[in-house]
Amino acid sequence: MAVLELRDVHLTYRTAQGPVPAVRGVDLSVDGGEVLGLAGESGCGKSSLVASVLRLQPRSATVTGQVLVGGENVQTMSWRRLRAVRWGEAAVVFQGALHSLNPIQRIGRQLVEPILLHDSAATPRTAADKVAGLLAQVGLPETHADSYPHQLSGGQKQRVMIALALTCDPQVLIADEPTTALDVMVQAQVLELLVGIARQRGMGVVIISHDLSVLATTCHRVAVMYAGRVVELGPAQELFEHARHPYVRALARAFPTIGEARSRYAPAGLPGDPPFPDRLPSGCPFHPRCADAVDECSSVDVRLRPAGPGRVAACVHVGAGVG
Amino acid sequence: MSLPGESDTGSGPVLEVEDLSVTFRGRGGLAARALDGVNLAIGAAEIVAVVGESGCGKTTLGRSILGLVRPTSGTIRFRGEPLSYAARALKRYRRDVQLVLQDPTGALNPRHSVYEAVAEGPRVHRLGDEPGRVARSLAQAGLRPPERFLLRYPHELSGGQRQRVVIAGALAVEPKVVVADEPVSSLDASVRGEILALLLRLREQLGLSLLVVTHDLGLAWNIADRIVVMYLGRVVEQGSTEQVLSHPQHPYTRALLSVVPEIEHIPSVVLSGEAPDPSRIPPGCRFHPRCPALADGTAAAAGIADDCRGRELGVLPATGDHLAACHLRPPPLHPPAALRESAG
Ligand SMILES: Nc1ncnc2c1ncn2[C@@H]1O[C@H](COP(=O)(O)OP(=O)(O)OP(=O)(O)O)[C@@H](O)[C@H]1O
Ligand SMILES: Nc1ncnc2c1ncn2[C@@H]1O[C@H](COP(=O)(O)OP(=O)(O)OP(=O)(O)O)[C@@H](O)[C@H]1O
Ligand code: SF4
Ligand SMILES: [Mg+2]
Ligand SMILES: [Mg+2]
Repeated sequence: MAVLELRDVHLTYRTAQGPVPAVRGVDLSVDGGEVLGLAGESGCGKSSLVASVLRLQPRSATVTGQVLVGGENVQTMSWRRLRAVRWGEAAVVFQGALHSLNPIQRIGRQLVEPILLHDSAATPRTAADKVAGLLAQVGLPETHADSYPHQLSGGQKQRVMIALALTCDPQVLIADEPTTALDVMVQAQVLELLVGIARQRGMGVVIISHDLSVLATTCHRVAVMYAGRVVELGPAQELFEHARHPYVRALARAFPTIGEARSRYAPAGLPGDPPFPDRLPSGCPFHPRCADAVDECSSVDVRLRPAGPGRVAACVHVGAGVG
Repeated sequence: MSLPGESDTGSGPVLEVEDLSVTFRGRGGLAARALDGVNLAIGAAEIVAVVGESGCGKTTLGRSILGLVRPTSGTIRFRGEPLSYAARALKRYRRDVQLVLQDPTGALNPRHSVYEAVAEGPRVHRLGDEPGRVARSLAQAGLRPPERFLLRYPHELSGGQRQRVVIAGALAVEPKVVVADEPVSSLDASVRGEILALLLRLREQLGLSLLVVTHDLGLAWNIADRIVVMYLGRVVEQGSTEQVLSHPQHPYTRALLSVVPEIEHIPSVVLSGEAPDPSRIPPGCRFHPRCPALADGTAAAAGIADDCRGRELGVLPATGDHLAACHLRPPPLHPPAALRESAG
């Protein structure tokens, strides 16, 4: 059953220069126990989409469409209910939130508090035990419960944020770039932890990452966004090995292979600049940068279409026998 | 690609770190030895990658080099001159040596626009043509056209856009050395490639030297001449990128490489044992409680198991040679500072 469902979600920022449509109609669903990966170019709307899930978008943003957590629409629920949902049902690890820990409170205290606040059965003793367990699971030495945030390294803070999100046993966990400061070994440990909890407790997990190898090895399915929309969705491994959308293909190709002479001193990129949400190219927004573009691409607003079992992609070549 | 000691000008490394130690007090009264004798040298136009487990001291090293953390002992030299902590000297030094902080959101002042954030360096150092410099730096960092970003505030930017503003700020003063802490960690492959290509170009055209802290070994393969591997406050292996990535010597480096999905040939090693803690550095080899070579009997077969558990390893010198601090590979080690002192 889907624990998180997004139906035609749009998010538009109002700015002095006019509206900025950062998310333009996203449909996604995550089942209990499932780990969904979300990737896409810097600025394509991933964090904006995440904000809409817990109604944490800034006041300058308008959200339309439906965001269902456990079947309830987050965008229309009461504040009271929303507060309960934010801890108990859905939790978010925000991108770059390392400085959002309270600088003058010990880590242990900050982790214990939400448990005592939201779990009426918890006692200081059981809460402290739970926190000790969580810290160990994210690979932090126990002495760190007594630390203040400034005494922790970047990766240590990042792991505290993950532990914090798990304190109230949420049904849905969304982690926005949760491992950017973690070395590969700790990263593997943290991701394994999330996958393990998803499986055991039926938690739905969304992991946003620019690291395709992380998504390919950790997630069941992956969605890739471009210019505010999902442009390809499918089983993780297949999607990266045989991407149907040219942008996803380019993304997968740009990933360096260690030891390969071709990529030594030759970082691969993608030609052209990412589009601005308020000045999108006509037709397929990727067409000015696309090696496979045909005339049609600059005029047809291509939407997602079937691209094999469990797969969809938004490209004119898909389903037309090509691609 | 100059090795330390043979820089382009022939006048030695641009930046040297000698026997650097940083001890933090606090955390329940325990002293944390975040850096415990680090030697490092960066030549002119050289790119060195620092890799190592979360918490091993990489950021502390970067902050020490910038004079933001006072070392407990040891020396930092820029062009042969020891770092002076006098305000004027530090200001001058920070024009030549720039730091790109690990967390871009924390690095940016939420009340400063993009223009103000990038213009700060050029203004402090009175570099002239401020608007032109700001625009050029933003465009170089992939924020194009720059006019579209100048008046925005950090909260109006995506994570990757913020990271590029921080990079633009560092490049705007045309430094000689950049110490960058995970500079592209929140950028997707396409933007990342562009920034890395920019760094390579600046090295070629302007002789920029770069010390880049990263957990991304693909980045090291893409741009770094040398790799320095740290574990619990010390350098445990160093060498050319090719040597370290294809012939890792230290059991920690091997374990680290074994979990990188882009390297296929090594069977995956998962380290057991408690996470390392700089307030409790193990005796002997500091890696021994988690070392697969000790656990699987390799060390015992070589007759060094007791050494692993009890005999202190020396500190690796800052040379360009491929070296590892491990009893299994006896390299030409310096005795640790403490031993040298006690020996008079
Ligand atoms: N408050 C805001 N006002 C105006 N524009 C905004 C605001 N916040 C974000 N944007 C713009 O909306 C777009 C989407 O931003 P978002 O943070 O969702 O991207 P992202 O996919 O998370 O990128 P990244 O991978 O770099 O974190 C970007 O172009 C960004 O500049
Ligand atoms: N002010 C402080 N007081 C006490 N301990 C500290 C302080 N700053 C850092 N530490 C400790 O020193 C060690 C090194 O921290 P540092 O930030 O240099 O690690 P790092 O290698 O950059 O890690 P990461 O990859 O997670 O960013 C960590 O164990 C950290 O907990
Ligand atoms: S010295 Fe011994 S314990 Fe340390 S890395 Fe080498 S083999 Fe392992
Ligand atoms: Mg983001
Ligand atoms: Mg760090």
